[in-house]
Amino acid sequence: MAEPARFDFKQNIAKALKDNQLRNNLRSAMDGLRVKRQDVFDDALELEELRRYGNAVKERALSRLPQLLEQLEQKCTQNGIQVHWAETTDEANHIVLEILQRHKATLLVKGKSMVSEEMHLNRFLARHGIEALETDLGEFIIQLDGETPSHIIVPAVHKNKDQIARTFHAKIPGAPYTEDVEALNRIARATLREKFKAGHAGLSGVNFAVAETGTLCLVENEGNGRMCTTVPPVHIAVMGIEKVVEKLEEIPPLLRLLTGSATGQRITTYFNMITSPRNSGEKDGPLEVHLILLDNGRSRIYADPKLRQTLYCIRCGTCLNHCPVYTRLGGHAYGFLYPGPIGKILMPQIEGLPAAGDLATASTLCNACEEVCPVRIPIPTLIRRVRNESYDASDAAAMPGHGYRRNLMEIITWKTWALVNSRPALNRLIIKLAGRLGRLMPAIGPLKAWTQVRSRPRFAPKSLHQLIREKGVPND
Amino acid sequence: MTDIGRDRILQRLHKAAAQAPDLPPTACLPIAAYDRAQRLERLTTLMSAMRTQIEVTTARDWLDRLREILKNRNLRSLLYSPETDLGRELKAAWPTDPQGLPALCTWKGPIEEFKDELFQIDASITTTLGAIAETGAIVLWPDDKEPRLMSLVPPVHIAVLGSDRIYNSFCEIIQAEKWADHMPTNALLISGPSKTADIEMTLAFGVHGPRELIVLIIDET
Ligand code: SF4
Repeated sequence: MAEPARFDFKQNIAKALKDNQLRNNLRSAMDGLRVKRQDVFDDALELEELRRYGNAVKERALSRLPQLLEQLEQKCTQNGIQVHWAETTDEANHIVLEILQRHKATLLVKGKSMVSEEMHLNRFLARHGIEALETDLGEFIIQLDGETPSHIIVPAVHKNKDQIARTFHAKIPGAPYTEDVEALNRIARATLREKFKAGHAGLSGVNFAVAETGTLCLVENEGNGRMCTTVPPVHIAVMGIEKVVEKLEEIPPLLRLLTGSATGQRITTYFNMITSPRNSGEKDGPLEVHLILLDNGRSRIYADPKLRQTLYCIRCGTCLNHCPVYTRLGGHAYGFLYPGPIGKILMPQIEGLPAAGDLATASTLCNACEEVCPVRIPIPTLIRRVRNESYDASDAAAMPGHGYRRNLMEIITWKTWALVNSRPALNRLIIKLAGRLGRLMPAIGPLKAWTQVRSRPRFAPKSLHQLIREKGVPND
Repeated sequence: MTDIGRDRILQRLHKAAAQAPDLPPTACLPIAAYDRAQRLERLTTLMSAMRTQIEVTTARDWLDRLREILKNRNLRSLLYSPETDLGRELKAAWPTDPQGLPALCTWKGPIEEFKDELFQIDASITTTLGAIAETGAIVLWPDDKEPRLMSLVPPVHIAVLGSDRIYNSFCEIIQAEKWADHMPTNALLISGPSKTADIEMTLAFGVHGPRELIVLIIDET
């Protein structure tokens, strides 16, 4: 995957579109996920009610975010969970490292966590001689190949079973070559069970954290998350600060929205609620539980009341599955951790517009993402905001690096546009000229970007105004 | 370092939060209501669809049912807790020479000492706290008698549930049993055997946790 520094979106897109294998894999997976979601939300009215609820709960929780975080910290501490705060991913990495070093841990078994990907934790720990092993099957597969997730729910969706068969055969000692999915799963199971037993510490993400009880909730199907959070003597949970909710009773509807949207399941195999480390008398579970609260730009996003809606996201990934752009490109073309619609609004705000602002250009603004988002984030509106701020150098803009795309050419163009449209005579003249000379629209210069991938518009010789006037329609 | 970080994060958040109006709490969604038979039926249908084996039986017959299910399955060991009523009943009724049946075994010491043995065990049997009809799941609150890994590590997990413990919804059990006042170390919802669809979206069972989940529902109506 491209490093952000060398990120060339256009080139990535061209490459992805030509990759037939990738497009086939994506096609069947995305179609399948959409159908399953529709089946599980078969009552449209109930779904709308749920989405309204999800939106309201997140809006309210965020309106009280600092209080809820303080309450969560207090409750967790009371329950024996150690709470850490990290302003940056670097700080979060060092907190993890410090805990692991204190326990002389050299093998960390990991459940699925997008925040740990955001931290590039595995790479960081490897530099310090600690192996961080992904145990979610999809994450395990891509880790073997040294790749990053291409989807936030199904991270290895870009691969087919032949590719996985080759990887297992090449990278897992003693693994025979097989394309049988059951057999591949058995190989992974046997390999990873040994690791769960051997792991010195476990790491997980957090799907929801409940402030009122200090409970960390994890959603999963495989059981690797439960393994990582129960077998090793230390459990480290990492979460973005936006994941906290107020009350336990708010969890069931959010859970239903999450699993229904993510995988079309009424509920996942496991819903794992962790409230404390092993208590005296108990025979398993970690002796220490740590919770790391990561900011990494979220508090800045929070400061803007409109952008704040980005933080409602429960990372269900359904906006990816419904996006006409994502479903044709896959995640890697985006070059950043979160691809698809949510990535287009989140990454520019976290990484800054100059680095990631381009992502927002890859949208048709078809609104599909907003229609399916379980917490009703107005994604297209926020995509437009990213686009606008890319050109807005004024203080009214909030995103880091705003105005980076502002250039003289564009300023002159829009000034001219404004001038032409505020003077009727000038406007008439230009329209007449366009009708006569439009076919000469050049395929060079700044307009080339438009004309080379689209058919050139054919201008009518007479404008609509003129035609109507000639028909004698009164102009009032 | 982190203390300063903490204060800075909270300061930024407090400053921004102060500018927004307070929103009212969100009203709960209505709780699904089924009658007793519907609850049992819905739970059975939904969990069976997740490939859980559901067996409805009675307090008198459940041990026979269990023996029938486990007979000649080539399972060597069955992990149980001798400290629960269920465990005591099981122990009393289990043959000392279990021909074709797994031998009973118990959890010994903390996980650190028991780990190697635990990963060799073929099956386990646990109680449940209840179940949820709406989404189709059993509820477990593991404790010192029945540790968390009993329902995860052995490839076959058998859970025993009283039909009077089936709630309409997850929300209902949280509210009715006042979970928020006394959350345990670990609470679990389980809807089926462990599964994954990470390879080409093809569903496969038993990836890390149990390959099989068998729920014995004791129904006295
Ligand atoms: S933005 Fe909405 S649809 Fe997309 S991942 Fe987040 S919650 Fe899901």
